[in-house]
Amino acid sequence: MLIRLEPRGEASRAMVYQSPLIAVVLTLLASMVMFWVLGTNPLQAIHAFFIEPISTLDGLAELLVKATPLVLIGIGLSLGFQANIWNIGAEGQLTLGAIFGGVLALAFFDVDTPFLLPAMLIAGIIGGMAWAAIPAFLKTRYNTNEILTSLMLTYVGLLLLSYLIHGPLRDPDGFNFPESRLFHDAAVLPIIFEGTRLHIGWLIALFVAVLAWILIVKHIIGFQIRVIGMAPAAASFAGFKEKRLVWLTLLMSGGAAGLAGVIEVAGPIGQIVPVVSPGYGFTAIIVAFLGRLHPIGVVLAGLLMALTYLGGDSAQITMNLPNAVTGVFQGMLLFFLLASDVLISYRIKFGSARTRESTA
Amino acid sequence: MNVDFIIPALLTIITASTPLVFAAIGEIVVEKSGVLNLGIEGMMIVGAIGAFAVAVTTGDPTLAILAGALSGMALAFIFGFLTLFLLSNQVATGLALTLFGIGFSALLGQNFVGKVFSGLPKLNIPGLSDLPGIGPLIFGQDVLVYLSVASAVLVTWFLSRTRWGLALRAVGENHNAAHSIGFSVTMIRLAAVLFGGAMAGLGGAYLSLAHTPLWVENMTAGRGWIALALVVFASWRPWRAFFGAYLFGGITIIQLHAQGFGVDVPSQILSMLPYLATIIVLVLISRDDTRARLNAPACLGRSFHASG
Repeated sequence: MLIRLEPRGEASRAMVYQSPLIAVVLTLLASMVMFWVLGTNPLQAIHAFFIEPISTLDGLAELLVKATPLVLIGIGLSLGFQANIWNIGAEGQLTLGAIFGGVLALAFFDVDTPFLLPAMLIAGIIGGMAWAAIPAFLKTRYNTNEILTSLMLTYVGLLLLSYLIHGPLRDPDGFNFPESRLFHDAAVLPIIFEGTRLHIGWLIALFVAVLAWILIVKHIIGFQIRVIGMAPAAASFAGFKEKRLVWLTLLMSGGAAGLAGVIEVAGPIGQIVPVVSPGYGFTAIIVAFLGRLHPIGVVLAGLLMALTYLGGDSAQITMNLPNAVTGVFQGMLLFFLLASDVLISYRIKFGSARTRESTA
Repeated sequence: MNVDFIIPALLTIITASTPLVFAAIGEIVVEKSGVLNLGIEGMMIVGAIGAFAVAVTTGDPTLAILAGALSGMALAFIFGFLTLFLLSNQVATGLALTLFGIGFSALLGQNFVGKVFSGLPKLNIPGLSDLPGIGPLIFGQDVLVYLSVASAVLVTWFLSRTRWGLALRAVGENHNAAHSIGFSVTMIRLAAVLFGGAMAGLGGAYLSLAHTPLWVENMTAGRGWIALALVVFASWRPWRAFFGAYLFGGITIIQLHAQGFGVDVPSQILSMLPYLATIIVLVLISRDDTRARLNAPACLGRSFHASG
């Protein structure tokens, strides 16, 4: 074998941060090949995908609108992933957050009060937490795998939304369209940049990122989360309560996803619709990994992933490329990231191990 | 209840169960070798579009089935390369495979939305296939249904009776020991991963060629994940996975026929049944901690590097 991996004595700190950059460059190169195979000019496609969407002020605002749910969910998920607790049902928790918050908005449709919006946000967090509490309960009580239960609950949550919007929550004057009434002004998030769709949710996402940073870096809970992920045995000798951490990380990630859900319906959408999210809950998994499970990284990764959504739309309009390119691009990025991560604990050596042993 | 109802019901159960049989039995082989591939959903959906694209383009069912298996295998190769050669985290890589597969299949499927395929030909043995009741049930299925039954038999035999099956299990139970007696851990695992990919691809092919012979984005609808749950449910035994899949097929039938019985439940609530059933089954099976651990391959999910 000409190329082999040699373990580094110690994980490379530098590689932890370089690997996402390597992955982005490799993804760009690979997607240029993909565009070429699809029969379009690669440079033109890259321009349409990554430059054009953010070349206007409006586009930049739109980038932050799309990044808001990704950052929120990514922050929550990264807490759990550090402790090896794999909540992959964020899409379902987001949906429940949208339902809880949205139902409140519709229930107090005629009431004009400044308390409605904060109450909706809290309801959204509770909805997401409630949905995440089910895998937490099943894992701590019955030892059930949280990956599968949280994912199954995503399908249940999406069907629940579909049932509600085709039934009880449907707009009575909506000609049978599966949509709720448009929320009243008191139930819609204020715009922070006049003339765009950029709403206060982006600031909430940044605030949550700061909270998570304090928790992870300064608080004993954050320390326990990291230890339990890296050395479960050490954590149990130290007397950390593992079940409590399962509950905490699932509730925090579920709450963050629920908050993202209510922010979507009270922000850019303004009503309850059958499809609240184009898969933000799943894309946020990539955001968490790409951001190195660190709040600052997650914010940057959230912006990049938001750009892939805008890029997909822009490439569809200007170059007639299929919108599905977004999903392919996101998947490729995660592949390249996981591949580059090998360099954190291994270095690449050229030449055969056997010849070296025989000459020695 | 009479025969007029039972036979169509059983036929629906077979249709609903077959994709799960393929995917679950493939994953059993993968997990027995110590690899946890969470990307079944991605491999299935790419298998579905691969098979359907070839079916529509060539009209040849055999080529279509092969294309389904090869598409699943191609995706499995990415997973194998990343986890076995670059030692990436298996959970994260499996998730990546599913996310990529869903996007990639949507891209490939753009030009095949709305196209029609006549479906797989059914076995027809004059005399036998016309028998009332059991005729269409046992002698009137398509080739993939028979193949799914055969795969349960063959995988059981392979794992328990052959030398290579023993090697595969050894690699899954203790990769260091298997390495020290001269087995190539990486190559055996790669073979298992590729086999799992081909099986998931066949499951997907069944969906787009026979179950509903057309292409719809996301048409696997979580079946890959249900197959993963079936593996745990079956304690890694192929026959239990086979019957588990048929149990799930039975749940699907409730969903389809409940309205026929005059049960007035919204369709969305009925569609939740397979997912809720999966959760309940998982709870029942993992409640007993020691038993669940006894059956799981000891090296499941752990990377292997020859340096130890």
